[in-house]
Amino acid sequence: MSDATQNGPMLAADGRPLKASLRRALRRQKMRALMLIAPLLIFILITFIAPIADMLFRSVENNIVSDTLPRTVEALDDWEYASGETPGEPVFDAMFVDLFIAAERKEHTRLGSRLNYQETGISSLFRQTGRDVEDMAEVYEDQFDALNEIWRDGAFWAELMGDPDWFAEAQGAEDAGPRFRINDEMEDRLPRTAEAYRVFARFTQNEDEDNPASERPWPLVHAMLYADLTDGAAIDAYTGFGAEELTAAKEAVPGFEAPTYREAFLEVDEDWASVEMWGTIKAYSGEFTSGYFLNAVDRELTPHGIETLPSDQSVYLKLFWRTIWMSLTITFMTILLGYPVAYLLANLPMRKSSLLMILVLLPFWTSLLVRTSAWKVLLQQQGVINDILVWAGILSDSGRLVMINNQLGTIIAMTHILLPFMILPLYSVMATIPPSFVRASKSLGATNWTTFWRVYFPQSVPGIGAGSILVFILAIGYYITPALVGGTDGIFISNRIAYHISSSLNWGLAAALGSILLAAVLVLYWAYDRIVGIDNVKLG
Amino acid sequence: MANSDTNDGFVVFDRVQKSYDGENLVVKDLNLSIGRGEFLTMLGPSGSGKTTCLMMLAGFETATHGDILLGGQPINNIPPHKRGIGMVFQNYALFPHMTVGENLSFPLEVRKIAKSDREAKVKRALDMVQMGSFINRRPAQLSGGQQQRIALARALVFEPELVLMDEPLGALDKQLREHMQFEITRLAHDLGITTVYVTHDQTEALTMSDRVAVFDDGRIQQLDPPDVLYEEPKNSFVAQFIGENNTLEGVVKEMRGDVCTVELDGGEIIDAKPVNVAEAGQRTKVSIRPERVEYNKERLQEGAHTLKAEVLEFIYMGDIFRTRLRVAGNEEFVIKTRNAPDQVKLQRGQQIEIGWLPGDCRALDA
Ligand SMILES: Nc1ncnc2c1ncn2[C@@H]1O[C@H](COP(=O)(O)OP(=O)(O)O)[C@@H](O)[C@H]1O
Ligand SMILES: [Mg+2]
Repeated sequence: MSDATQNGPMLAADGRPLKASLRRALRRQKMRALMLIAPLLIFILITFIAPIADMLFRSVENNIVSDTLPRTVEALDDWEYASGETPGEPVFDAMFVDLFIAAERKEHTRLGSRLNYQETGISSLFRQTGRDVEDMAEVYEDQFDALNEIWRDGAFWAELMGDPDWFAEAQGAEDAGPRFRINDEMEDRLPRTAEAYRVFARFTQNEDEDNPASERPWPLVHAMLYADLTDGAAIDAYTGFGAEELTAAKEAVPGFEAPTYREAFLEVDEDWASVEMWGTIKAYSGEFTSGYFLNAVDRELTPHGIETLPSDQSVYLKLFWRTIWMSLTITFMTILLGYPVAYLLANLPMRKSSLLMILVLLPFWTSLLVRTSAWKVLLQQQGVINDILVWAGILSDSGRLVMINNQLGTIIAMTHILLPFMILPLYSVMATIPPSFVRASKSLGATNWTTFWRVYFPQSVPGIGAGSILVFILAIGYYITPALVGGTDGIFISNRIAYHISSSLNWGLAAALGSILLAAVLVLYWAYDRIVGIDNVKLG
Repeated sequence: MANSDTNDGFVVFDRVQKSYDGENLVVKDLNLSIGRGEFLTMLGPSGSGKTTCLMMLAGFETATHGDILLGGQPINNIPPHKRGIGMVFQNYALFPHMTVGENLSFPLEVRKIAKSDREAKVKRALDMVQMGSFINRRPAQLSGGQQQRIALARALVFEPELVLMDEPLGALDKQLREHMQFEITRLAHDLGITTVYVTHDQTEALTMSDRVAVFDDGRIQQLDPPDVLYEEPKNSFVAQFIGENNTLEGVVKEMRGDVCTVELDGGEIIDAKPVNVAEAGQRTKVSIRPERVEYNKERLQEGAHTLKAEVLEFIYMGDIFRTRLRVAGNEEFVIKTRNAPDQVKLQRGQQIEIGWLPGDCRALDA
């Protein structure tokens, strides 16, 4: 190629450095290969990686409290659960604003359900208060009304709070009108009113698709105006639109009848005085929470730290443990039953082994539901097996065996259903063991048993490994069969996960349980790799 | 064995037949007696039943009819692991999950031999095949030739009296194969083991064996030492199968005791030694080895019949010349001559006369 005298990099025929040419050629090859597998890659990403990532995220995600009650969460910063006292007025004030807005958006019930997972009673408390928070605000609206009817006029409010340019455009505009802009001066002078009005205006435009310029504002705005004015709002120097009305109002507000928000809340429900309830809100105010995971291992994040649930409420650890030992039992049973079958498959003459293979695969051609139901028919107390045993006189009629709707039922049915997943990898490994090994062993003087145990079996271990991993991982996440034949003490963790996804709608807990299951499988996989070696897994 | 006087052979096949499907006989009436310490090779084309015979001897197949005796005892009902016969397989069948040492110690362990004894025997067996330093390797870490040696050592380590080998060198390249042929025969003779060796390679059979049994179609066609087999084939199958051979077809004209006259299909008359023909008028195939054909007139015997031949091809092969001729209509007639200083080099197209000693020209079955 290149002459020995040349000192620089080796060059290809076109004069480029050989290395660069090679890299380019390889890259082109790699790109082409990548493009071929791209559809699959995208498919896997969307259907496999993304859901797992979503699950992991959901198991710790907790935006709902800080999104729905932002002001309350902030106000609670200054309050300590350990103080043992109900939070002060600023927290109730913030809660009033948050809850009013949440109630308008109909978000308070969702939040109530979420917090109800942690402390029962919060759900109804939020629902009840969400209804009454409007009344609390109307106290102010009525008093402003009484002072001057103009405070009831939507256009007046719009002109007062809105940017003059916006108001000019919005007047008489169709539907929602131009996007609302706040009057900067008002924002300085009446900050809380401005904020409340902006929330109102945006909500009116976005959700109701109405023009705020012609809508009467929420009573919340009046309440905030009262708060601003009593707080010494700087409107004395104000000379713009509505200055006269504002000055009049400022003079009048000290005479308003205004209960504290705390009083108002307590009037709705005594529970608002509960330190526990506020502690729970504070404990779950972060954007992320370990709460779901703690629940998933029968712990609870309470205001005073992590607590173990009483034993009558702790279900998950027991369920995890049961899922794992039953899956191991099932795996072991499939090895016990599948090994001889796989051996026959690999060693019978072609014609007989094909027939046997069809029998092994037959279950795949029938519905899982049908197979499970068939076990119900066989195993129930008035079922075929009990009938035969009673008929044969082995059992008395009153002593019929309970073989279904318990752990035994789950183990029997799942062993049957998962058996092919053990047999097939075992078979494919056994099929590659040359018969001459067995002959060699016997010619060396080993008995049939020694030949099997020292020569044949060790070489079939990779098949056992592959089958076990397959069966165990399938079993640990199994759902239908335990649900149908497991009764109460034969169900698996996945049945609880399904319950939380479809019935209790506690997706966070379901995600945490799922994540723990995933972690358990990975840990077992790692342990398997350590003990047996993952290289010792062969599917053929 | 004590009662071996009733039976001169160490291994005896007595009218053994074997059928797998109940319709075709794969082995038809096999009678064979192998002496103690003998190296016997079963040679034959693929499918002739060699492996089947070996498997019956090892106990992995049962004879459909007849008896197999080992040291005078019938072994039909003895399971393979109690026969104490060493075996070497074509694919070596070394246990992949065991090291070389464990593979070799396996037959000793199942015989419950003490650990120290075991180690000594394993070491001795490995040294025997010059593989002593590989004791801790796995079979997969060895080359084909090395695996072959280990397989051999494993078959010998428990000191069997009889070793069976089924095409053990089939997977090796030519050079290694020749080397191993030598090693195997040396070991077999040094240890005084009786060996039954199966191959379809006639050179292998000729170079290694004390006696060769040529198999075809489930029967032994001829059982003789290599030199007899080569020089005095008993029928045309053996003549064709062993070594290179020229065949001329014709009809027996006259039988004169040790010599017969054959009229070839082209009308030429030659003398031959009747081997497989009984009377005049029979069709025959006359067989002559290429190196026994002479064309140098001075060396031809007085009064012997000669044939006209035309040189079609002359190949210089270094030590020998290989010449293809047209003789009596046969264009594949080959002769081999030694590259001697006085040897005449033939030209293509040259017309010559060829001849041979009547004893080298054998009249066999048609
Ligand atoms: N296990 C078997 N089942 C049925 N037929 C067989 C079996 N083994 C060998 N045969 C048949 O027996 C004949 C002889 O085979 P084999 O003894 O292997 O011949 P060789 O070793 O000389 O090549 C062949 O025709 C083969 O097809
Ligand atoms: Mg064979």
